Formats: sequence, structure tokens, C-alpha cells
Amino acid sequence: MFARFEKQIPKLVLAPSFSAVLIFVYAFMAWTVYIAFTKSTIMPMYKLNGVLQFGRLARSPRWETAIENLFIFGILFIVISTVLGLFLAILLDQRIRSEGALRSIFLYPMALSFIVTGTAWKWILNPGTGIEAFVRSWGFSSFKFDWLVNPDFAIYTIVIAGVWQSAGFVMALFLAGLRSVNQEIIYAAMVDGISTRRIYTKIILPSMAPVFMSAVIVLSHLAIKSFDLVVALTGGGPGYQTDLPATFMYAMAFSRGDLGQAAASATVMLMTVVAIIVPYLYSELRSKNG
Amino acid sequence: MVNKKSSAGSIGFVEYLIPKIQRIGIYLVLVVFAAYYLMPLFVMLTTSLKSLEEIRTGSFISLPRGIDLSSWKIAWSEACTGVKCQGLRPYMLNSFLIAVPAVAISTMVGAINGYVLSHWKFRGANLIFGMMLFGCFVPFQVILLPMAIVLGKLGVAGSISGLVLVHVVYGLGFTTLFFRNYFVTVSDEITRAAKIDGAGFFRIFYSIFLPLSAPIFVVTIIWQFTQIWNDFLFGVSFSQAGTQPVTVALNNIVNSTTGVKQYNVDMAAAILAALPTLLVYILAGKYFIRGLTAGAVKG
Amino acid sequence: MRQKILGIVTAVTTFISAGTAFAGPEAEVLHWWTSGGEARSAAALVAEFEANGGTWQDMPVAGGGGDAAMQALRARVLSGNAPTAAQIKGPSIQEWYSQGVLADLDDVAKAEGWDTLLPASIANHMKCGGKYCAAPVNVHRVDWIWANADVLARAGIDMPTTWAEFNSAAKTLLGMGIIPLAHGGQAWQDATVFETVALGIGGPEFFHKAFVELDMSVLGSDTMEAVFDQMRIMRGFVDPNFSGRDWNLATAMVINGEAAFQIMGDWAKGEFTAAGKSPGKDFLCASTPGAGYLYNVDSFAMFAVKGADKIAGQKLLAKLVVGESFQTVFNLNKGSIPARIGTPLDKFDYCARQSAYDMEVASGNDSLLPSYAHGMALRGAQAGAITDVVTNHFNSDMKSSDAVKALVAAIKDSL
Repeated sequence: MFARFEKQIPKLVLAPSFSAVLIFVYAFMAWTVYIAFTKSTIMPMYKLNGVLQFGRLARSPRWETAIENLFIFGILFIVISTVLGLFLAILLDQRIRSEGALRSIFLYPMALSFIVTGTAWKWILNPGTGIEAFVRSWGFSSFKFDWLVNPDFAIYTIVIAGVWQSAGFVMALFLAGLRSVNQEIIYAAMVDGISTRRIYTKIILPSMAPVFMSAVIVLSHLAIKSFDLVVALTGGGPGYQTDLPATFMYAMAFSRGDLGQAAASATVMLMTVVAIIVPYLYSELRSKNG
Repeated sequence: MVNKKSSAGSIGFVEYLIPKIQRIGIYLVLVVFAAYYLMPLFVMLTTSLKSLEEIRTGSFISLPRGIDLSSWKIAWSEACTGVKCQGLRPYMLNSFLIAVPAVAISTMVGAINGYVLSHWKFRGANLIFGMMLFGCFVPFQVILLPMAIVLGKLGVAGSISGLVLVHVVYGLGFTTLFFRNYFVTVSDEITRAAKIDGAGFFRIFYSIFLPLSAPIFVVTIIWQFTQIWNDFLFGVSFSQAGTQPVTVALNNIVNSTTGVKQYNVDMAAAILAALPTLLVYILAGKYFIRGLTAGAVKG
Repeated sequence: MRQKILGIVTAVTTFISAGTAFAGPEAEVLHWWTSGGEARSAAALVAEFEANGGTWQDMPVAGGGGDAAMQALRARVLSGNAPTAAQIKGPSIQEWYSQGVLADLDDVAKAEGWDTLLPASIANHMKCGGKYCAAPVNVHRVDWIWANADVLARAGIDMPTTWAEFNSAAKTLLGMGIIPLAHGGQAWQDATVFETVALGIGGPEFFHKAFVELDMSVLGSDTMEAVFDQMRIMRGFVDPNFSGRDWNLATAMVINGEAAFQIMGDWAKGEFTAAGKSPGKDFLCASTPGAGYLYNVDSFAMFAVKGADKIAGQKLLAKLVVGESFQTVFNLNKGSIPARIGTPLDKFDYCARQSAYDMEVASGNDSLLPSYAHGMALRGAQAGAITDVVTNHFNSDMKSSDAVKALVAAIKDSL
């Protein structure tokens, strides 16, 4: 009797969390998808109205820009953060003096929200007040760094600030990874006279595949959720050239009072997330316990 | 096993392989990147020490002519965040009242969830884990309005407890992930042996797993505290007069649209609001890496 | 320490359980007046409210010109925990009313005689289904052009009265190496300039048809194309770094003579005076070229709440907001003019007095118009659809004819 109860304990322990997730994640997602099929304006309405909102979304040039930007931003952000994080981790792992201080410097952006750093970044990147003006004041009068105000390049400044915030965390992941590589293999390789570069590319990095995976997952979740970044840095501008799906959705839902449209864009975003994350989760969980 | 891999020192071999000149190069590169990383903080700090006149006339990237701490005082206790002009002080308290219980609860629940999902698997456990993980990736803007409805139904709309609930729920995915991945590295044989000795579910958790988990607790607590402290979206949506967290107050100081901007006060306020998380990273950064090394990294 | 914790706990619990028995008028007010000047002027209202026995709970949410506040408001209303009063304006008042969540203020309005105290066009914005449901705070004029007096004198130009004059003045300034137009490239600022240009080139009737009635033939007309043409010309008058600039930094450029003109609502005046500049002497104000008057009225809507103390709070608040003393103090600080007719203007500067005079003239000849860029003319979805096109045109090399087509398409699709 008691043993049978005992067997149920793990499930009972997990039950509250799981039901919370069912409601607060899945039921809410369902709610949002439902609203996408209504004509809701400032407040939700529950009368179904077909796929009208998706048609509007498809015709919206602003949404098109937002989606394009998500791909540009997402790919660059993930790749650069990963590469830079790995690079910093490898450098920091060379028995560096004052490693602690440097590590804190690379990690601290993670502790700040963009409400805090947004204004500073805006000044730094603005050609009139920041780097461009600074370098020019040294006499390099032809120096140009105007990405922030250039409609074709503004999205890259979002990448710069985004990488600044997240690469440190990736560095921490990789540093941790580097420090848990089996040292005996490395010593053996050294004894065999294999070059440092080859030790890294052939032994150390391949053994860190799971770290790469964690990094990419953390980064893609940050990329999809990126919101504060854009709001603080460009407000979506110039024009709406740096809009991302999350800012688009927010603008529709809250400044426009166009909930149906917002829900439709949210639905598309959710589908994107599903397309990226679910295959990963599936393969991860299978391979480990298959 | 956990502790075999957690050698906190660096890989010793490199110093044999990398000549001195290259080491200087490494330092140089690191310093350049450190400068890139410190730039925003530098701008914020110097601006907060300047007078408004100096900001209007000078470049943003220049050292202050003198040190003027008055903006800090204003930001802390005098700046107007609305009709009331009490600075950030009262809102800091709200943030602590939200963050401390939310971090504690989500971490504890995550620990026990992780324990179940790594050592007490049942049919469907992986599916449940996957579903919880997926929750981490949902953009929060999507769930704001249904959340508001539910909080209203629960009778905690606008209250601190409502905000704690929200943060706990949306923190569970990550805390569970951290603990589960950490506990997976603990050998199953230990639990099996303990079970044979007659230890139950909770007993094994308390006497075997908890003592092992200090590093992962550090990682989880830092992560959660940062997320919750910096949250603006939930804070602004689910608070009311008297329960607004510090990020909302900061936003009120920094983002007023049709008023005269006091950039020095803005910056001082920004640094003040970020101080708790900054301190956490600076003081516990070492343990953060150690904790990650000890297992959270293994995806 | 322990006492402190106890103190916190009791503070929190009393807070949660507050408001069961009638304890005098009480109001929780959601607003986005958070800057020093605004807060000080709103504090006058709080003082008055409390002098009348009321308890004021402040719920400020700044950001995005009220976007963040609207987000908070929506969450509050959905959770059944609406604030007592909220700063809402324009057609969104009626939008909220249609959701059945606003309270009726008609008895206060009757007792106070709002019908005679408020200009008809403004009163209409405050009414839901024929009854008052909101209280106006002020009237901002949007179609202002500000100038640095010294720069204009040096360039030998007067305040422009037509857009052609503006263009030729701007060319003179460009030749002198002065930025003609200080502008911040944020969507709402682009829209602000756009609507003043539209009013100037198309005239009041065109403006009303296009941005109040959403008349498709007017939106797609050649006049609209001419408006976009003028926007394209003005794009050449701003400096290359205008993107994303806050409006007050643009004002600072006029203050320090880096730029000559700025087109911005009358809240810009506060920046000039804060920098120690006086109107008429250091800086000039005039309506943007062309006839008409674009207003932006801030107001408070009251939400349907339960509890006698809260309802009493709403009524008291509504009464005080329209009262003469608040209307004077607040607007002196904000740069706007009182919404209440007959408020003495002797303490106001000449820009404000001109604004009041122009408003009277405009309301006499049907050219008193709601600002579309500041959410007075259209619902958010429609105004936003226009702004998307305007800002995209201004920040790219889109042709005016394409912009007009995009405008028509966007409005058709905006519900």
C-alpha cells in the first residue's frame, strides 16, 4: 500500500509544476492562437472571424521587414556571439593573470537590462555624439560609423549591442566546457607532439559539442525574445527598418489596439519557435535516453 | 561523476606551447575586448557625475570635469517617478519583495523537478520535460493578456504575490533544466544503493542530492535573480500603485516623453537600479563559472 | 531587523486589504507624467485632491508616449482590477467605452457646467454616448514651428508663412552651414511633421477628409502626393544623424543655434525655458505654414469601479481636473493652454496666448482639427497604419506616388 503510494511520489511532486506549465504556457498559447482568428481590437473578442488577420499580416510590408530582420539578426547574433564567446573563453583559459576581473567584465552585461544600457548605447552608436564624433575629434575627419542612422545598416547595430550583452554568457559556458575536458587525453596528445591548433580543433572543440548546443539554444531563445534591445536602441527605426516580430507584435497589441493582428503575428512567431525548438528537444531527449 | 570534472584551474598545458610574444598578443586582444565591454558602463558612470550643463555642451564620451555626486542623491531619493518624488528607494524594496521569494521558490521547485526528471523517471517524463523546456522559448509578450485574466481570477492582480507567481511559473523551465542536467551526471548507482538501504524519495533528495548541488544552486539563483530583477514587461503589466518594481520606476525616470531630460540623473538611476545584479555577478561570478563547469553545461 | 520585517509585512498586508470601508474619496491614477516639470504640475492636483480629503495612489507608467501605460491599463482592465482613473485621449476614450468599462461623469459635468466651460469640439471628445466620461486637462497645439531668433536674424529670414517660403529659407540656411530643420527620426515625430505639412498644403478641409473621415479619394489624391513631395524635400533639410533622436535633443539643436527650426508641439517650449531662453527674444514660435489648428488634448477617463470611496474619488478628481486652479498651474508648466474657457491667461507667455487666440479663431471657421499623429483623430490601428507609411517614406527613397498607393492600401487593410 505504502509502496504503491511511494511509487506515485515523483509524479505528485511534478504535478503542480506541470499543471502550471499546461495552463500558463499551453493554454495561453491556445488563447492567443484563438484570438488570431477574431477581429479583436483594444480588448479581446471571442467571435471567430476566419483567417482575415493572417491575410492582413501577409500584406503588411512592416511585418515582412520584421521577419527579414529576425533572420538577419538571429543568424548574425547567434553566430557572432558563439564565435566571440568561444574566442574569449579560449583566451581566458590560457592561465591569464587577473582572469577574475576580465571574466567579470565580460559577464556584467548579462546583469543589466537594456532599460539601463539603452541610452548609453544610443549615444555611443550615434554618429553625432559617439564613436564617430570621438574618432573625428582626434583628427580623423573622414572616419565614418553611421550604422545606427542608416536604414540599411541599423539592424547591425542591434547585433553589436546584442552580442555585447550575450557573448559573455556564452564565454562562461565555453570556459566551463574547456575546464571539464578530460586532461589526460590532452596530455597524451601533447606527448605525441601534436600542435596546439590541432589539439583544439581535433580534440577539445569536438568534445564540447553539447556546449555548442546549449549556447545556440540559449542564444536563439534570446534572439526570438529580443525586444528591449530594439526598443532602447532604435525604437524600431529608422522608419520601421529595425522592427522585429516581438516589437511588431507589441506595437500592434498595445500602441495600436489591434489585438487580432498582434495575435496573428504571435501565432506565426510561435510556429517559428516550434519549428526550431521541437526538433532539437526531440533529438536531445531521445539520444540521451533512447 | 560531478567532482572529477570540476577542476577549477585552467588547462595547464598551454603555457608550454604558447610563446611569450603570443601571450602578450593574447593580453592585448583581451584588453581591447574589455574596453568594448566597459564602454557603456563608462559612459553611464561619467555622465552620472557630470552636471547637466556639461552634458549639454560636451561630448558624451569624455571624462567629467569634476565629480558631482548630486545626481546620485537625486536618483536615490528625490527624482520624480510620477507625482511622487522619492527617487528609486521605495521601488527597490518592491523589487526585493518580488525577487527574493520568486527566486527561492522557483529554485527549490526546479531542484526537486530536476531530481524527479533525472532519477525518478516514469513513462512520459521526457515529454513533460520537453514541454516544460519549450515554455522557456515563448515570447512573453504573447502571454501578457491571458495572464492578466488569470491573475484577476485568482484575485492576485496587481499584488506582489501575483508578480511572484508569474515569475515562478516562467522561471520553472530554466530552473528545472539546470537541475535536471546537473543531476543527470550523478550516477544512478548511488540512488539505487540508497533505495536498497531503504531510503525514500525525499530522504535521497535531502541527504544525497542537496549536499551535492551547491554549484548548481549558485548558477540557478544568479540566473533567476538577474531575470526577475531586470524584468520590466511583467512588472509594468501586473503591478499597481505601491507594488511597482524598480525597473518600472527607472523607466518612469528615463523614458518620460514630453519633459526636460536630466541625463545625469537618468544614468545614476540606471546604475543604482542595476547595482544588485551587478554585485551578484561580480561577487559570485567565480562560482557561476564553477557551477557551470560542474555540470549545467552538459546539454 | 525583525521589527523592520514585521513593518514590511504589515505594510504589504494593509496595502492588499486597503479600501474596504469608506474612508473618503480615493483614486488610483494611471498616467505617464513622470518628468520633473510634469510631475510638479501634477503634484498640484494631488495637493488639491488631498486638501479635499482624498487619498491619491499614484500609478505612473512612462514610455513610448503612453504605450507602456496602455499596456498596463489593458492588463489591469482584463484582470478586473481597473485603476480609478487613467490618462487616455482621443477616440480611444470611446473605444474603451464600447468595451463597457468606463464610468459616467455626467452628474459632475452638469453640476460644474462643463457644457459651457469647454469648447464644443473638445467636449465631444469627452463624451461617450452623449454623456461625459472623461475630463480634459489641457490643449496642446501640435502645429508649431520653433526657431532660434538669433540664427534667423543672421540669415535674414522671417518665420515662414508658406511651405515655399520655408523651403527657400531652408536653402539659405543650408548655404550658411546651418541645419534648417532639427528633427528626431522617430515614427511619431515623422508623423507630427507630416500632419502639419498636410494641413498646410491641403488645408483644413483636406485634413479633415483625409485623417478624420478617411476618405479614400482624398487619401489617394494628387494633393496627398504633393504632401509627400514636400516631405521628401524636407528630408533634405535635416542632418544625417536625425534617426532615433529624441525630440528634446532636436530642440537643443535649435537652442544652441546648430539648427534653425523645429516642428513640434508646444511641450517643446519647456525645453527652451529650461535652458533659460525666453519666447519672442531668444526663440520664436509660430504656427506652421498654412491655416488651421491641430490640437492634442490630454484627458482622464474614469473606469467603472466598485466602492463608494473610489466613486467619490472619481467625481472629485473630475471636478478638480477641470477646475480653474489646476488648469492654470498645470498648463503653465506643460506649455499647453487650459481646456477650460475663460481661464485667465495673464500668467501665460505670448506663445500660449497666441495659441488660445488661434484656437478661438479656428473653432469659429471649422479649422480646429484633431491631431492624427497624437491619437486624437483616429483609432490606434488606423493612425498607426498611416504612420507606418509616412515613416517608411521619409526614411527611404520611396516615390511619393508609391507612398500614396501604400497609404490607401494600408488604410483599407486597417479595419
